[in-house]
Amino acid sequence: MNLNLDFAAIFERWPAFLEGALLTLQLAFIATLLGTVIGVLGAIGRRSSHPIIARICGVYVEAIRNTPLLVQIFLVYFGLASLGLKFSAFTVAAAALTINVGAYTTEIIRAGFDAIPRGQIEAAEGLALSRSQIYWHVVMLPAIEKVYPALTSQFVLLMLASSVTSQISAEELTAVANYIQSDTYRAFETYILVALVYIVLSLVMRAGFWLLGLVIFPRRRRLGTPL
Amino acid sequence: MHKITRTDTASSVVGLSNVHKSFGALKVLNGVSFEVNRGEVLVLIGRSGSGKSTALRCIDRFETIDSGEIVVCGHRVSDPKLDLRALRQDVGIVFQSYNLFPHLTIEENITLAPCSVKGISKVQAKEQARRVLAQVGLEDKLHQYPEQLSGGQQQRAAIARSLAMQPKVMLFDEVTSALDPELTGEVLKVIEALAADGMTMVMVTHEMGFARGIANRVVFMHHGKVHETGPAAILTSPATPELAQFVGTGL
Repeated sequence: MNLNLDFAAIFERWPAFLEGALLTLQLAFIATLLGTVIGVLGAIGRRSSHPIIARICGVYVEAIRNTPLLVQIFLVYFGLASLGLKFSAFTVAAAALTINVGAYTTEIIRAGFDAIPRGQIEAAEGLALSRSQIYWHVVMLPAIEKVYPALTSQFVLLMLASSVTSQISAEELTAVANYIQSDTYRAFETYILVALVYIVLSLVMRAGFWLLGLVIFPRRRRLGTPL
Repeated sequence: MHKITRTDTASSVVGLSNVHKSFGALKVLNGVSFEVNRGEVLVLIGRSGSGKSTALRCIDRFETIDSGEIVVCGHRVSDPKLDLRALRQDVGIVFQSYNLFPHLTIEENITLAPCSVKGISKVQAKEQARRVLAQVGLEDKLHQYPEQLSGGQQQRAAIARSLAMQPKVMLFDEVTSALDPELTGEVLKVIEALAADGMTMVMVTHEMGFARGIANRVVFMHHGKVHETGPAAILTSPATPELAQFVGTGL
């Protein structure tokens, strides 16, 4: 066995890796932000007493969770193209990732909503708060706090899964790696480096979510106890 | 047809007449009638499953009734077109399990509804929070979270939260059942002070001694009916064998 690693040619391309990493983070950021909005609305929809709304949200979740991400990306990519709509690969990638993660966050946030004791809602109703006020002031924050670890893992997973969007040549980290390895013939070294960069990105995201948690959960910051 | 009118001038604050309610095949309320006048304290007692908590919850429309009529502060509660939020602005309710919002400080718990429902300013709401907390003896807990308080303190804070909405009638649903005797005492003192201030109240309780001291009227429920009703004296000299047996074991 003769392992011969040469990183010199790879390191030379560091600006390309950096650009790819930033694009990956951008994709993750957009999909996390929009996915959270979809997740909250989807969870409210799934719990709606309106059967059609609940049904539509349920079908969305099941359709996404039972199909591969790559197929979803192709569906968005070719779907938009066949409608004659032209978007950049980045936009298509961001849209597909958002649609994908939205379904998972819908389920996670729904679990959080379901975990709020009935008595909390009754107390809020007894104070004459409206349904939307109850969701916003009473249910939302404790629900998110309860599922925060699951939610943030999902977003880190999404960032890692965004590598699949290299298939539609979105210029994110994996696409950059594919390009560089074919240029330098140093495939193993390239993917070792890329793996390390993904680890760094994951750690950066986790640190970010930890800091965000300190901001949005003041009770937890002060008392340090789980809800 | 009945017209929906607010009859604030009448002294009756809560009125139930011939109320029926079933959960599936189980008949919980079987023709319940009683009335509470302004400034009165009505105490509902009875065995578990006698329908007293259900009767109380019907007053605030946490349960809907099958037939009969309920009028609360001029709102026809039994009307399907009832303005639920208007009713609940007039009625305060306190639960056995306090149900404070755990992610909010005591102050935020208290100011939430006045700010978002009544639209009063934050400054005004905070001032009022201080006032109602002083009323229940917790002015130093303003910035604590519910979990930092004892059960009795949490229940007093829940009462303060209700008071901040300036209800015309307060409902208490077994508010001391989760507390030990010492904590029960501090909560009951707060309720006594409210009664002395002239607050109209309906309460479900198992504290017979307390009921005797505070009730203007006692309603003893049995098998979904008002089995015996009268002044607090009926607790010491019951007319029916069922109430005699109940207070005999309850005291």
